[in-house]
Amino acid sequence: MKNRYSIFSLIKNALSYHENWQRAWKDPAPKKEYDAVIVGGGGHGLATAYYLAKKHNMNNIAVVEKGWIGGGNTGRNTTIIRSNYLWDASAGLYDHALKIWEGLSQELNYNVMFSQRGVMNLAHNLQDVRDLKRRTHANRLNGIDAVYLSTEEVKKFCPIINTSPDIRYPVLGGTLQRRAGTARHDAVAWGYARGADAMGVDIIQNCEVKGIKRNGDSVEGIETTKGFIRTKKVGVVAAGHSSVIANMAGLRLPLESKPLQALVSEPVKPIIDTVVMSNAVHAYVSQSDKGELVIGAGTDDYVSYTQKGSHQIVEGTLNAILELYPIFSRMRMLRQWGGIVDICPDASPILSKTSIKGLYFNCGWGTGGFKATPGSGDLFAHTIANDEPHKLNAAFNLNRFVSGDLVDEHGAAAVAH
Amino acid sequence: MFLINCPYCGERDQQEFKAGGEAHIERPKQPTELSDDEWAEYLFMRKNIKGVQFERWNHAHGCRKWFNMVRDTSNDEIKAIYKMGEKPPSQ
Repeated sequence: MKNRYSIFSLIKNALSYHENWQRAWKDPAPKKEYDAVIVGGGGHGLATAYYLAKKHNMNNIAVVEKGWIGGGNTGRNTTIIRSNYLWDASAGLYDHALKIWEGLSQELNYNVMFSQRGVMNLAHNLQDVRDLKRRTHANRLNGIDAVYLSTEEVKKFCPIINTSPDIRYPVLGGTLQRRAGTARHDAVAWGYARGADAMGVDIIQNCEVKGIKRNGDSVEGIETTKGFIRTKKVGVVAAGHSSVIANMAGLRLPLESKPLQALVSEPVKPIIDTVVMSNAVHAYVSQSDKGELVIGAGTDDYVSYTQKGSHQIVEGTLNAILELYPIFSRMRMLRQWGGIVDICPDASPILSKTSIKGLYFNCGWGTGGFKATPGSGDLFAHTIANDEPHKLNAAFNLNRFVSGDLVDEHGAAAVAH
Repeated sequence: MFLINCPYCGERDQQEFKAGGEAHIERPKQPTELSDDEWAEYLFMRKNIKGVQFERWNHAHGCRKWFNMVRDTSNDEIKAIYKMGEKPPSQ
């Protein structure tokens, strides 16, 4: 039984110098057999396990993670959450996630520090203006809050932006989703891990999958560095390494894995109280609660699993940041890192059954998966438990690459993710 | 970021080049006879290997010629570079 976190538990533990907090999750050895195994202990994988246990009463399940939980892209992203996607299918998927975010801290009894500080997307040319207006209308038809802002309104909402008309990429307007914002990425992984563990889910870290055992067209189990685990259902949530797992099962996916970079500055006093994204110049920025500027850059265009990207990508992003925010010109950058993102040809995710019975994939989130964590977990759990997709993720099946019914967010999303 | 030895221009910075994805994907000889599954395989499905992978690259900001590369995607080490039409080196 898990102790609840509360002001009283905080006081109680303060009296013993915080040395007696209960473990948030156990560190079990794998059992011989589970009803389902989730491969990948990031936010999406842990959320999947949490909802499998909570909503579908599947408690004899495990999450296997090759490193430590939340140590992959969950711990590497820029924590932006929004749902202002153009197409109906995407709007449904991402807004489902946003609605869960709104009550997630209470549900998990874990403060994920979800902050609805708004996300603003800037337009820098006439085509941006048209695209963003179109998207605003599409969002509102789908019940997603969105407003279009003039240059003056952008300036009023975020005064440090340089709205001078004579910069290289002038700000011609923007959109604002007020319900959007950020959350604390580690807390999301830890909160779901703690919640799943409380319902009996085994979270097995330092356990790398080495093979998927098939019997004809169905899954029999997985080979791991901690031995063979028998199971009839395997849900793969391995982000940039999805293709590696797929290759083990003799399956091909429409994915390419590329390094995506981000960086944070030294911490400073509050200066930017929202999230600003800019598609055309590919720069986005927000400020963490510690005071660091969190800056996202783009991906390299070649396949790589190195978790480091090219210098010129960061340089290009910082050029854009400095032109848009001259006030940051003397900021020093503290850390820079890369994560490996798995990108689909249509830049939409895959939450799907496969041609192998009992093998499910949740991948292809590319550069924008963090925002969808709760919704992705919920819908993937539904797909695994029922062996059928939920209506909200039906469009995100693997078969769309055969039928041609793509969810083409590549050029249409709020930002090139 | 790494150096690439263009078979036409010599060693240049990677940012002069454009990655062209997996190499040796042959265009179907009889496109009209292909099933939807085969089209999907040709158009979208990729090996996306972690390890040694065969790729096409283009010297976009140089001679603009295409060539092939064998590269280890786990550490970005280039194993071999060869011209279009040449046989890939055996592993």
